[in-house]
Amino acid sequence: MDTYSVMREMADSWGLLAMMAFFIGAVLMLFRPGAKKQHEDASMIPFRETKPDAADNNNSSPKSEKPLEGLS
Amino acid sequence: MDILKLIVLSFITICAAMAANFGQDLAYIIHALIIMAVSFFLFIREVQRFGDAKPAVETGYQDSVVRAGVIATTFWGVVGFLVGVFIAFQLAFPALNFDLPFTTFGRVRPLHTSAVIFAFGGNALIATSFYIVQRTSAARLWGGNLCWFVFWGYQLFIVLAATGYLLGATQSKEYAEPEWYVDIWLTLVWVAYLAVFMGTIFKRKEPHIYVANWFFLSFIVTIAMLHLVNNLAMPVSIFGSKSVQLFSGVQDALTQWWYGHNAVGFFLTAGFLGMMYYFVPKQANRPVFSYKLSIIHFWSLIFLYIWAGPHHLHYTALPDWAQTLGMTFSIMLWMPSWGGMINGLMTLSGAWDKLRTDPILRMMVLSLAFYGMSTFEGPMMSIKVVNSLSHYTEWTIGHVHSGALGWNGMITFGALYYLTPRLWGRDRLYSMSMVNWHFWLATIGIVFYAASLWVAGIMEGLMWREVDPQGFLVNSFADTVAAKFPMYIVRGTGGLLYLAGAIIMCVNLWLTATGAGERKSSAAVAVPAE
Repeated sequence: MDTYSVMREMADSWGLLAMMAFFIGAVLMLFRPGAKKQHEDASMIPFRETKPDAADNNNSSPKSEKPLEGLS
Repeated sequence: MDILKLIVLSFITICAAMAANFGQDLAYIIHALIIMAVSFFLFIREVQRFGDAKPAVETGYQDSVVRAGVIATTFWGVVGFLVGVFIAFQLAFPALNFDLPFTTFGRVRPLHTSAVIFAFGGNALIATSFYIVQRTSAARLWGGNLCWFVFWGYQLFIVLAATGYLLGATQSKEYAEPEWYVDIWLTLVWVAYLAVFMGTIFKRKEPHIYVANWFFLSFIVTIAMLHLVNNLAMPVSIFGSKSVQLFSGVQDALTQWWYGHNAVGFFLTAGFLGMMYYFVPKQANRPVFSYKLSIIHFWSLIFLYIWAGPHHLHYTALPDWAQTLGMTFSIMLWMPSWGGMINGLMTLSGAWDKLRTDPILRMMVLSLAFYGMSTFEGPMMSIKVVNSLSHYTEWTIGHVHSGALGWNGMITFGALYYLTPRLWGRDRLYSMSMVNWHFWLATIGIVFYAASLWVAGIMEGLMWREVDPQGFLVNSFADTVAAKFPMYIVRGTGGLLYLAGAIIMCVNLWLTATGAGERKSSAAVAVPAE
């Protein structure tokens, strides 16, 4: 078989399967138990604004200070 | 190390001088002279600094390169919009070609597209990604002065690309017009950009990588891949700008539109979504509506976008199955796009009142609305039946501009208004009413622009396919051009309004950065104190 046909066959069988599996796996990962807490924490990252130097002195991960009002 | 730098710079200067001497075409000679001047300037500067004590290693955020990026974004934005308005009126009044090769539509149009996409958009992406990755990683940019190489190297790329177009050096690939040596230079700069960005993520203090950085990273990596594959070309001579593409025929066309559509997908969408996922929550002072949704948005966007390119080649020599595949993926792409739009808009839930008082937030929300509109319009236009009417007409240009002016432009303006007071240490912008003026001028400008080109495009498409009872075409091509004249005027006017808004922004940002606003407010405070 010529190169095109070999690659084409790979792409529309194993390639397709691998990509679908990766995608579905990535989406399923989101719904694993305990993910909600992590996501809530991650969504607060922009509000921490930890300075690089401050982070050097403090090895523990910076805690969110909850700067927002009216959040349930 | 300093000696090595001097040797390399002098070597480049001499090589560029040789290249200018042996150059076979005008664009190549001028580019060689530009490179010679730049490396000679760097050589002299290096000599002046030779033996000086090394400055202390700086800590904290690396914000000076972001400041430079904000200035460059604003500057190139105005240049790009100005050139756009110029060619819009060229279409209405061909006399504006001036009968010079350098100012014909065919040369100035790539200047416009590259200036707005790569110079305005690219600088905005580099600056905001450098700003955001530091804030969300709690780390200073990796690589010391490498970020400055990225910034200035990118400006050199823009200058070489822009002068090349006007002097007639082009490889005739849409959005990838620069010739081989400019492509090689951009590859170097881009690898450095990737290194700075990845390096910063690697040394982050925050355990999780914030979703905005995912989008930025996918943008940097994918653009590198697209750029390398689409620009595979063999130069005719090392002393000339002309090169020959490695692919030909339909393979070349498919590679080009795989590149072209993913330039839209990863440069103008993924990268700007990175901006959106940081600046909208910050400006609204609320975390993103659903972090889960943002991750689904990410994975489905990058898995679908990469296949959508063939919809640019409907009814061509491209195999039918490939056309249908491109169409199908384009339609599926509607879902993640709207998921992202809803995620951005719903971030404001419970804070909708801020839209009334905060014109910057209003700008960001409008950009999300245009993101939603153009990502609905795009899939619709990719349907073959619709495409048979819309393709090659002004409708396509209208669609692109509702995305570019509405989504990319507005989110960038919002980001610039957010960044300028913070980067220059000011309490607030110089004037909020100027932001308001900018908002309305830009919005009305886009409406003029998009509406007139919808009308022009559909009219043109219908005129092209109109046949009389004997089966002969009714209209000649020139008839359609004449019929579009009024729409061209409206479209140029829309562009003019958009440009006016951007100039107001320039003034506002300048006065903010120089601190004119603070002098004004301190004077105002002094009055009641007397």
